[in-house]
Amino acid sequence: MNSQLLIGYNAKNTLLHHLSGSTKLIGFVALSIIGMVTYDTRFLIGIFAFSLVLFKISKITFSEVALVLKVIIAFAALNLIMVYVFAPGYGMSIYGTQHMILGKSENYFNLSWEELFYIFNLFLKYTFAVPLALIFLITTNPSEFAASLSKVGISYKISYAVEIALRYIPNVQRDFRTISLAQQARGYEISQKAKLWPRIIGNAQIILPLIFTSLERIEVISQAMELRRFGCGKKRTWYMEKPFGKNDYLALTIVSLIVLTGIALFGLNGGRFWNPFTR
Amino acid sequence: MSNKGNNSIKVVVATGIGAAIIFVLMKFVAIPTGIPNTQLNVAEGFLPLLGAIYGPIAAGLAIFIGHTLNDFVTYGSPWWTWVITDGLVGVAFGLAKNKLDIQSGVLGKGKLIWFNIYQIIVNFVAWVLLAPTGDIIIYHEPAKKVFLQGITTWIINSLSVAIIGTILLVLYAKTRTKRGSLKKER
Repeated sequence: MNSQLLIGYNAKNTLLHHLSGSTKLIGFVALSIIGMVTYDTRFLIGIFAFSLVLFKISKITFSEVALVLKVIIAFAALNLIMVYVFAPGYGMSIYGTQHMILGKSENYFNLSWEELFYIFNLFLKYTFAVPLALIFLITTNPSEFAASLSKVGISYKISYAVEIALRYIPNVQRDFRTISLAQQARGYEISQKAKLWPRIIGNAQIILPLIFTSLERIEVISQAMELRRFGCGKKRTWYMEKPFGKNDYLALTIVSLIVLTGIALFGLNGGRFWNPFTR
Repeated sequence: MSNKGNNSIKVVVATGIGAAIIFVLMKFVAIPTGIPNTQLNVAEGFLPLLGAIYGPIAAGLAIFIGHTLNDFVTYGSPWWTWVITDGLVGVAFGLAKNKLDIQSGVLGKGKLIWFNIYQIIVNFVAWVLLAPTGDIIIYHEPAKKVFLQGITTWIINSLSVAIIGTILLVLYAKTRTKRGSLKKER
């Protein structure tokens, strides 16, 4: 029922699937950070186009991600509307000029090219990383993901915690659904038809058993891990680790070139914003 | 020594399982409030219990991982300022571990009132001060919008913790054997 709501690893034979998980992790984090900081429209459009090309290469079908895309678009639209409603003149104060489309700058509600441009930039910032994130989720094997976390220098205990989380999400989800059905059979209504208060009570009746069974599970798993001497050595080897190949070095070079371009643009623009209005 | 080792393994496992629970709670148990990306947050109510049993590292990392994973599959990319703030809230709740001393099985009214005042302050610092400031500095969003989101989140998260968090703490404390409950027979 909810299976389409979650996207996950799907093995295929493409260039991106063969890259090491560490490469994809470094690439994604580096690109999303530079895209988060910059407000240079040309640069954002550039990364957006780049991530769409990668999306094409990864052979992910549209139906795999359709539902997630809808949620993302709805989220971005709501946020952009809020940004406009709460500060319609914000674009003008950032870019320092006034090119009005509708209304006067004295009124609260007005529409200027600066505001539209600012919102367009925000839209690019909300969406440019989405294809990259989807590629990362769909082309990286979760078991390899922990190995790549540990490879980029994160303590193996934390990597292992992430691995446990990924491994047990389906179990917790199944428990949740079982408990939910059992409680609904006993008469607790939790769907949207119910009023707010019964819904809260109904949800609480699911959460309590879910949490208490999970706490027991923590005991069992940590005992099992202790029996296998987890945490004795300073390092740990990973069965799923992929060694770096030629393509990995190539990919990392491309990513660092993009990031350097982004940093160079800060200097060129004299700040985070690219301002087309004052030239 | 073996005791210490066992505790650190428990923290690793509690982080992982905690993150999985938080992910599932965020994804499937959400009661919308009408303001974008703001929901009655059951996951936030689970956090004090996780912190009270396993401490700041487990609670902070668990919410950090759970929130990141949830943002990944829901919005495509994590909203880093809020994810980090959530992690800090987890750490703050975990710091209450010794004060609450939930393993002793005694959780009186005084402790609960103290904890609720503490959590309201923690949530205030996190959602009204830190998260919006981060949004303004890093994402350059209009101040009014992010402060409205921040204040709404503060109220909602404090309520979630006050209701769900307190219930969970009390119920868990009841399952522990009370310290000093054994009496010498005469």
